[in-house]
Amino acid sequence: MGSASFLSVTLNLLHGFYTTFLIFAITLVVAIPLGLIITFGSASKIKPISVVVRCFVWIIRGTPLLLQILVLVYGPGLVFGHAFYENSVGVMIAFIINYACYFSEIYRGGIESISRGQYEAGHVLGMTKSQVFFKVVLLQVVKHIIPPMGNEIITLVKDTSLVRIVGALMFMGSQYKEILGKSFEYVSVNALIWPLFYSGAFYLIFCGLLTLLFGYLEKKLDYYKS
Amino acid sequence: MSVLEVKNFKKSFGKIDVLKGIDFTLEKGEALSIIGSSGSGKTTLLRCLNFLEAPEEGQMFVDGNCIFDAIKDKKISSNEIRKRQLNFGLVFQNFNLFPQYTVFENVCLAPKLLAKDRDDYKHNKKAIIEEIEENAKKLIERVGMTSRINMYPCQLSGGQQQRVAIARALAMDPKILCFDEPTSALDPELTGEVLKVIRSLKDGDTTMVIVTHEMNFAKEVSDKIIFMDEGVIAEQGTPMMLENPQTERLKAFLTAFNQ
Ligand SMILES: Nc1ncnc2c1ncn2[C@@H]1O[C@H](COP(=O)(O)OP(=O)(O)OP(=O)(O)O)[C@@H](O)[C@H]1O
Ligand SMILES: [Mg+2]
Repeated sequence: MGSASFLSVTLNLLHGFYTTFLIFAITLVVAIPLGLIITFGSASKIKPISVVVRCFVWIIRGTPLLLQILVLVYGPGLVFGHAFYENSVGVMIAFIINYACYFSEIYRGGIESISRGQYEAGHVLGMTKSQVFFKVVLLQVVKHIIPPMGNEIITLVKDTSLVRIVGALMFMGSQYKEILGKSFEYVSVNALIWPLFYSGAFYLIFCGLLTLLFGYLEKKLDYYKS
Repeated sequence: MSVLEVKNFKKSFGKIDVLKGIDFTLEKGEALSIIGSSGSGKTTLLRCLNFLEAPEEGQMFVDGNCIFDAIKDKKISSNEIRKRQLNFGLVFQNFNLFPQYTVFENVCLAPKLLAKDRDDYKHNKKAIIEEIEENAKKLIERVGMTSRINMYPCQLSGGQQQRVAIARALAMDPKILCFDEPTSALDPELTGEVLKVIRSLKDGDTTMVIVTHEMNFAKEVSDKIIFMDEGVIAEQGTPMMLENPQTERLKAFLTAFNQ
């Protein structure tokens, strides 16, 4: 180790900041458009597509990001015996999917907040559906979703700290592997897969109940449209 | 030949029959007022004319060409509907201006988008856009909004917004311009300026269908009046019918109205 000089600590922190920023930026750049695709998917007129997309969003929103990171980082290794990608790629995918789903819900809220009259005015003036969306609705949606997007993006900054935890867990895992040797596989199945599965199920049920509650509230207030 | 002919329009929402067979015709340059109590189906009828609702039965002809047939038009493309829709313009009760655009942009937007479909758009882009903008300025002047041409809807009074909405509808040059209670969202002192604009359109030979609760205005401006009651036309005729109603239902409606 040697003595940690002020300079080396600062350099380490800067490197950490760089990683954090990279995760932040990549997540935003990919999740913002991906979220829009998910919004369209969940609003699709083709029933199977909308059901699958909604289920997926529900699962992602119903489980903690940390769990999703663990599943993506360890999952393939535990299930297939070897990983298909670097750990950092797993972390990135988890962040992107998680945030894309949250963004898609914000977009949905924004789109639903636009009054029907705006669409009708566009149609009556002979605009196509996509013209109405891009020329009339989109900017109003953007204005509407800036505050919740701001909140979500600040949460993203804070969530990047999870990456450190995952790093620490991995380090511990590699130590165990050395100590346990062959029996590591047995331990990993019992000490990692099942707990992951159970905690995932627990979170889903807990969040499922909350979703139902809020869905109910939303329905109750849906009898009028502005 | 009538510019508009509506035959046997029927429309229901779930179990409620809202239109139970509506027939009428309209000649070029005429103004038709539709009156009737709340819930009688006036708005629904206008929405059917403007393709915002599809009647389950009936046909509609513009200049003798069938532009809607409930039976035959089941599988029509949205592009085709869009074209047919352009025969009509609609001015909404609550204006529905686009809040992010100025008065000028509100009026220009749809014509500019439509112009992109023209074959000569690429060649004459500049001239076409210029023509659209000139026309928009003329229309804005016609509704007396030139001094506020660069303002946003939120900076305008209700009456001013409605005048802009009228200019916006006129910019598509519809054959028939429809109004759904154009003044009922306005304070009484603002209705006058909007009615004045509609009156001037009448003098300019615009064909109009006006749903209104302003009896005096209807009497003054229209060539024809339709009284709707529970999804049927209970009585129709010239404005004289308001002085001299033939049916009990219209009599009752007018008495209730004058109280
Ligand atoms: N989208 C809809 N879904 C269900 N019912 C509807 C819908 N639109 C209209 N109705 C019903 O159709 C009937 C006629 O409504 P409409 O808006 O055409 O009346 P109106 O004559 O315009 O009344 P008002 O003078 O109050 O504007 C009402 O009973 C209304 O509840
Ligand atoms: Mg109405």
